[in-house]
Amino acid sequence: MIKMNNTQALRQFQDDLKRQYDPKKKLVTICAGTGCRGYGCIKVKEELEAEIKKQNMDVEVRATGCFGFCEKGPLVIIHPEKIFYQQVKIKDVPDIISKTVAQGDVLEKLLYRDPQTNETVMKEEDVPFYKKQNRLVFGQNGLIDPTRIEDYLILGGYSALAKALSGMTPEGVISEVKKAGLRGRGGGGFLAGIKWEGSRRAHGEPKYVIGNGDEGDPGAYMDRSLMEGNPHSVIEGMIIGAYAIGASEGYIYVRNEYPLAVIHLTMAIESAREAGLLGRNILGADFSFDIKISKGGGAFVCGESSALFASIEGRAGEPRAKYVHAVEKGLWDKPTVLNNVETWANVPLIISKGADWYASIGTENSKGTKIFSLVGKINNTGLIEVPMGMTLREIIYGMGGGIPKGRKFKAVQTGGPSGGCIPESLLDLQVDFDRLYEVGSMMGSGGMIVMDDRSCMVDVAKYFLAFLQEESCGKCVPCREGVRRMREILEDICAGKGEEGDVELLEHISTGIADGSLCALGGSAPNPVLSTIKYFREEYDAHIRDHRCPAGVCKALITYSIDPEKCTGCGLCIKVCPTQAVSGEKKKAHTINNDLCTRCGACIESCKFDAINVK
Amino acid sequence: MSKVSDIKLKTKQIVKKHKGDKSALIAVLQDIQEAFNYLPKEALITVGDAMGIPTSRVYEVATFYNAFSLNPRGEHIVKICVGTACHVRGASAILDKFERTLFIKPGETNQDQKFSLELVNCVGACALGPVVVIDTEYHGQMTMAKVDKIIGKLKEGAQ
Repeated sequence: MIKMNNTQALRQFQDDLKRQYDPKKKLVTICAGTGCRGYGCIKVKEELEAEIKKQNMDVEVRATGCFGFCEKGPLVIIHPEKIFYQQVKIKDVPDIISKTVAQGDVLEKLLYRDPQTNETVMKEEDVPFYKKQNRLVFGQNGLIDPTRIEDYLILGGYSALAKALSGMTPEGVISEVKKAGLRGRGGGGFLAGIKWEGSRRAHGEPKYVIGNGDEGDPGAYMDRSLMEGNPHSVIEGMIIGAYAIGASEGYIYVRNEYPLAVIHLTMAIESAREAGLLGRNILGADFSFDIKISKGGGAFVCGESSALFASIEGRAGEPRAKYVHAVEKGLWDKPTVLNNVETWANVPLIISKGADWYASIGTENSKGTKIFSLVGKINNTGLIEVPMGMTLREIIYGMGGGIPKGRKFKAVQTGGPSGGCIPESLLDLQVDFDRLYEVGSMMGSGGMIVMDDRSCMVDVAKYFLAFLQEESCGKCVPCREGVRRMREILEDICAGKGEEGDVELLEHISTGIADGSLCALGGSAPNPVLSTIKYFREEYDAHIRDHRCPAGVCKALITYSIDPEKCTGCGLCIKVCPTQAVSGEKKKAHTINNDLCTRCGACIESCKFDAINVK
Repeated sequence: MSKVSDIKLKTKQIVKKHKGDKSALIAVLQDIQEAFNYLPKEALITVGDAMGIPTSRVYEVATFYNAFSLNPRGEHIVKICVGTACHVRGASAILDKFERTLFIKPGETNQDQKFSLELVNCVGACALGPVVVIDTEYHGQMTMAKVDKIIGKLKEGAQ
């Protein structure tokens, strides 16, 4: 990679790349996001390459970032026709190469089949999961090999930086970001431009910009997919931000569990440095900036700004009181702008296409798009990017394809452990920062965990409190002790030992925790409990008064039995039962001894006749 | 297990690599854990001495972050994802099954040092839920029946 000393050289380099690029040339892209890697896509990729070599062809196989449709991985697209294959297995590879790549024949069996119409769909953009998406930030993921800066450059990468450096003042950049109405994608939803302005005005050197990639919300993985799949978009956003506020140093704080993100970001930073896009006098301008990577230690609370600073400084990640804002005294008490990596990836778009264009997307106070991870009890698990303001119904039933096995939707949990559970009656809610907050949840980083009638809302509340108790740093007593106490009460309720007044006590403790905690972890810790009480009070009452778990989840409140009509006496459940609770003769209906049964679920999993009842 | 002198030597090399920079404490500990699979007591003391940080603070950081283990870990690390998506898809039943099969609880290592059981809050592979990551390999759509098979295979491989 040659070093580019001015914006002209960058444009020249991009033009050269485009000239060398032949749009008619065959190209096979394969999703190498975490989900597809879990399905074994790397072996499929190797097989594709081997087969191409065997058939003596000149075709590039490109492992790209996440395509988003994780449910149907491994995903492969054949260019230039853009034929979209899903659930590709190694044995499909010879046909893909000899038929589709060589002759352009489409393999029907690998196409996506719309369950509604039962018709196959050839192109990715026509699949219902993708159709209504607006993949501004996430769209390039499927085209780029994240280890090659050229792939980003050819798509116009770093042009926004060039535009900012050659024709805009720092103040101009800030006013553009303000006008665009960009709000923080990490959870808080604070206006990015206001933050930047505050930091620009603050005194102190050096100034810092930080990309928060400590994605801790369980069920949210869009930041991971961005850092892994399109690291340069985050880096370019941060460089523009640094120029705007006058920062000379930056950090990307990456979650410990994301080793691939660290590798790709490290490579991206190195190649950006080689290209003159990071380091001294970026693109020849009187502006120097560089980025380091800081690996987290696996603490959820480090997603909080002041805890994150402590962690980068090499200390335990305990938040501090924020009487003075981070924009004035952040990392090492210097002016610091911390934005989520998705927020940073939005910045190049705003600069290159303009604030007016950006502000035309979304709702009145929530502009642009948001990436959500649609997971849980949903047919189409994956990452979607939609304009703010889309309804939950469109997302869950339109893109998500509804609930598996025809079960009934119960709730969608948004905002991670700080958010809440939204019931069916609010499915027409337009998703944006403010609407979610109004119904007692929040945007968070964009996790949407769908739950069906077999999910117990008291159990879900207990789950989040267990999570928060584990992750509370322990500094503020109301959070440390209050969350523990709430968890104990919920455990009692789930164990059938709940008492009248427990729900009111939970509400009472919630107020104390929210008021008495320094950071957002404690401040919003009661949300999962309060929202489930608000919308699913009858489930709490069923546990407390009737000692019954309507969803059939809480072990102490349920019993297993075998339906003699359905049981064929095959004996599988006897074999798998760890406590010898099942008995019966071969070919005769079995029975379960409830004194021995631990409700582990092994019999349900093994039964092929759906004969185990849970009540 | 490594000898005390080896631990001290390796630790000093790691500290040197990070130029003794106090803010690199977490990175230093991460490197040590990578080298020894856990944080030996001698290493923590050496880190404190070599970096000029009180041992109490080194210990504070080592115990604050989930990524660090003060006990030797097994040959295979079994990480059960207990993210929300995996939870609603039955991760706790899978966890129970691992506990029953390996006779250990999360955070523990079994007697012959073959397996450690750990929990992780979401590995970002929710489509595969419930997910278990063993060493670096992802096992998706886990069932209790699969647990026996996987553990059986690993035990065979270990022999």
